[in-house]
This record gives sequence, C-alpha cells and structure tokens, in this order.
Amino acid sequence: MELKGRSISKGVVKGIAIVSNKPFSFLGGVDKEGNVIDKDSDIYGQSLKGKIFVFPYGKGSTVGSYVIYGLAKRGILKGIVNKECEPIVATGAILGGIPLVDKVDIEKIKTGDIIIVDGNRGVVKILNKE
Amino acid sequence: MYLTKEEEKILDGEYGEILRKCMNLLVSLGDIYGAERLIPIKSAQISGVSYKTIGDIGLEFLEDFSKENVKVKVHSTLNPAGMDLDIWRELGISEEFAKKQLRIIEAFKKMGVEIGCTCTPYLTGNLPKFGEHISWAESSAVSFANSVIGARTNREGGPSALASAIIGKTPYYGYHLDENRKANYVIELDIQLIKNIDKEESFYGALGYLVGKIVKNGVPYFENLYKLNPNNDDLKSLGAAMAASGGVALYHAKNLTAECKVKNVIDDKVEKITIGIDDIKESYEKLNTTNEEPDLICIGCPHCSLMEIKKIAEMLKDKKLKSDLWVCSSLHIKAIADRMGYTKIIKKAGGKIIKDTCMVVSPIEDLGYKVVATNSGKASVYLPSFCKSEVIFDDLKNIIGK
Repeated sequence: MELKGRSISKGVVKGIAIVSNKPFSFLGGVDKEGNVIDKDSDIYGQSLKGKIFVFPYGKGSTVGSYVIYGLAKRGILKGIVNKECEPIVATGAILGGIPLVDKVDIEKIKTGDIIIVDGNRGVVKILNKE
Repeated sequence: MYLTKEEEKILDGEYGEILRKCMNLLVSLGDIYGAERLIPIKSAQISGVSYKTIGDIGLEFLEDFSKENVKVKVHSTLNPAGMDLDIWRELGISEEFAKKQLRIIEAFKKMGVEIGCTCTPYLTGNLPKFGEHISWAESSAVSFANSVIGARTNREGGPSALASAIIGKTPYYGYHLDENRKANYVIELDIQLIKNIDKEESFYGALGYLVGKIVKNGVPYFENLYKLNPNNDDLKSLGAAMAASGGVALYHAKNLTAECKVKNVIDDKVEKITIGIDDIKESYEKLNTTNEEPDLICIGCPHCSLMEIKKIAEMLKDKKLKSDLWVCSSLHIKAIADRMGYTKIIKKAGGKIIKDTCMVVSPIEDLGYKVVATNSGKASVYLPSFCKSEVIFDDLKNIIGK
C-alpha cells in the first residue's frame, strides 16, 4: 500500500513502524536511549530504537528539535511519519538528517508494519500490505 | 515554494552539507506555513544559547554545525547564556556547566555571530529599521522589533534563526505579510484604572501578563495606553510579558508604536476588551506566589537599559540589601554603568550587575535560591517552572526600596 503525503525532510529509509495516536513532546517525552518516558503517551515504556516513529504531530518546547537531532544522530530514530508536521519536529528531523513525510493518513499504519519512508518523493509504502 | 536557481543549488547540496540543511529547514518551514518564496533579511537574533536550556545535545549540534566553517551572512546577535561569561565563578556556577557554556559560545563565535549575549539586541546595535524583514528568535525582542520599531519577523526558534542567518533569507509568511499584522483585539484601559494606578514599572508586566492570557497569539491594539505615557523600557516589559503568558509577537499602541502611526492596523473583525482595576489586581495576585522574604532580587528581564540601572543605583545609595541582588544586563550597557559609577553603588549595597545572562536561563535553582523578587512580568511567568522558585512581583520601589 502506498500513502501519498508531503516531503518535509529528504532521504529514504526502510524499517519497522511504531505508532502513537497522541501528539508527542520530545523534550521530557523520550530518554537518550529512545525509551518513551512520557506517562501520558499511549506508547509509554516502549522504545523508538531502530524504528520509524509514526505520530500525529509534535507539541511542547522548541528544545525538542535538539532531542530529535540527538536521537537521529545516534541512529536510534530512523525516520518520522506525521499527520501534520509542525516546526519543532520538522527542524529536528532536517537537522538530524532523517526522512520525514507528513500529510499521511497515519491510521493506515500499525505498530510492527514494515514501511519505507521516501522523503524525496513524499511517499510512505507499507510493505506487508501489498 | 518558488526557489531561485541559486536557492535550488544550495538545496541540492552544491555548497556543502550545512548550507543544504539550512536551506532544507527554511524551505520545509516555508512549505508548512504556506510561504510562496524566501525573502532576504537584514539581521538575525539567535536563541537557544544557555547550556541549561539546550543541554549536551544542543552543544553537540552547534559544534557539529560550526565545524564546516560556515559563516552567517547578516548581522547576527545572540541571546543570553546560562551565566556571566566572565565572573561565573563568583556566581557559584560549576566548572562543568561553565566549560560547556563556553564551548557553545565558541561555536557561535566561529560562525561569525556577535557574542554579546543579550535579549535586548536593539539596545546594543542590532537595531532594525521600520519595515525591514528580519529573522529573530527571543520572544521579547521579537515583540519589540515588530511592535515598537515596526520591523517584520516571525517568532523564530533557535535553529531556524541560525539557518536564516547563514542563508541570509527567511520564508515569506506570517508577520512578514501585511494581512497578518492587523490587530484582532482592541484593548482599552478603564478610566478608573488610568486614574488610580498605584504601581510604576511593574504595571506593564502585570498588564502584559493579563493581555497575553486573553489574546494568546493574537495581535492586540492598545487604544489608550498612551495616556500613561510609557517609555521604551515600559513597552519592552509589556511586550515581554505578553509573549510569555500568551504568544504575542506583535502589538500596536495608539501614538506609541510605529505601524499605527502610518496606516490603519485594525482588522474589520475585532474583539473589544476593557481592563479594569480588579483585573490588574488579580494579575498581581496570580504572579505573586509567596509572602516570604526574597533570598534573591532579580531585575533585568528583559535586560536592563542604562536608565533602569540608574534608577536602581539611585535607590541603593547608602543602603545595605538584606538579600542578594542581580541586575541583569548586556556587556555593552554594563560597560557604561561601570563608567557612570552605578556598578560601584550597587556593589556597595550588596548587589551585582550581571551580564550575558538572566534569572530565567541561568541555573539559579542550583545556587540555592528559592524565593525570587522581581519587577518583571515575564520572569514571574517563567520562574516557578524554569527555576522552581517562589515569586514576589512588584515595583522596584517596593522590592529594593523597602
């Protein structure tokens, strides 16, 4: 299945999706190793390590951009898919050099799906739903 | 978004990775906000400087960024750091904090950013002209530049202001466009309030706090604020508090701010709000969290002008303070205060003029301060959460003069 969206940050990555249905704050929401530490999150206690993070949109402090940068640079976060990207998350993904596609119907993606995020074309492919 | 050939080349990485990232950031932000193109800017004010706020990852990012020898293209100035860059030991800042803070400053310096470290760059030489497009972070400076001066900037974040400084451009949207600069709230001060104000400079912080809460990220127009005859310091304080309690990036005030002197700035659809004595009283009650005595008095959020420092010095002549006092300002203004003898008077009373930093972005909670007195509405909004402090909010005359 191919979902058309908008390219925010360039690059192409393939990986396993982890999906949250709630807005996410990176500052105070995730630790250095990629564990979700925000108790209000619906994926509290899970790890973003080696995954593509799918969530509606970001919230919270602008320092969140730097948190995403750190996770990306350490190879913990592989890519991001948003329903509607906002500046904090966009900034983090672009500076960290990971692909980000938004304006995607994220309800079609489930945790565990193998997806390709194509930040050059603005497309997300769900491989196990061909 | 429309890009010129040159901009396309930068985006394709022909001028290196850092410029590509900066361009990607500006173009993506432009796409998110519906900008049609990029426009040149005249200056930048970059936030995200204090090690306390950006931490190790921010430091790492800035060092990575500065490695490639890219330089800023326009006059770029820096927000306050987490400490006085010279007398940090005297303030009790730890070696580790200081070392990392100085590395952050070094990274900015390498990129050609002026390391003045102040939230009032318009008092120290980064002074935009009416109508000029600029890319400023630091919400209080954004408010002053947009409103009092009539320059044009969105509320940038640290990285987007830095990217704009390096590219020399910003996406053309938001407050850069005429149609988004019209007031959607008209604020009128009740006649009784105007007649009966018993507060001095802190009134503008209290008013700003209140209006910011009401209009959120709207654009307020003050109908009769001019009757109180506020000076630039008062307007700086008002804008800072509105930006802290709401997200106000631009306000207009009849007879006071630039744009409304030359054109109609009021939208067809406006909400009218009247502010009375009780509203202001309530503001003071909300901002004051304790009746205890302060262990630190902090003045200078935003950074003090020379006139504000003069007022403090005059109050402190032949006095001895019961608590510590930080008067926060820029390197530039402090140099003049030194020459005028104000620094000496303040020191004799037991206080300090501290430069490069302020009470919000320095780690005062680690220095043992628990109750902070200030005349700043902005600081009163941030101190409880950023520094876990109890707050006393009042006029200088009641805080220092007692």
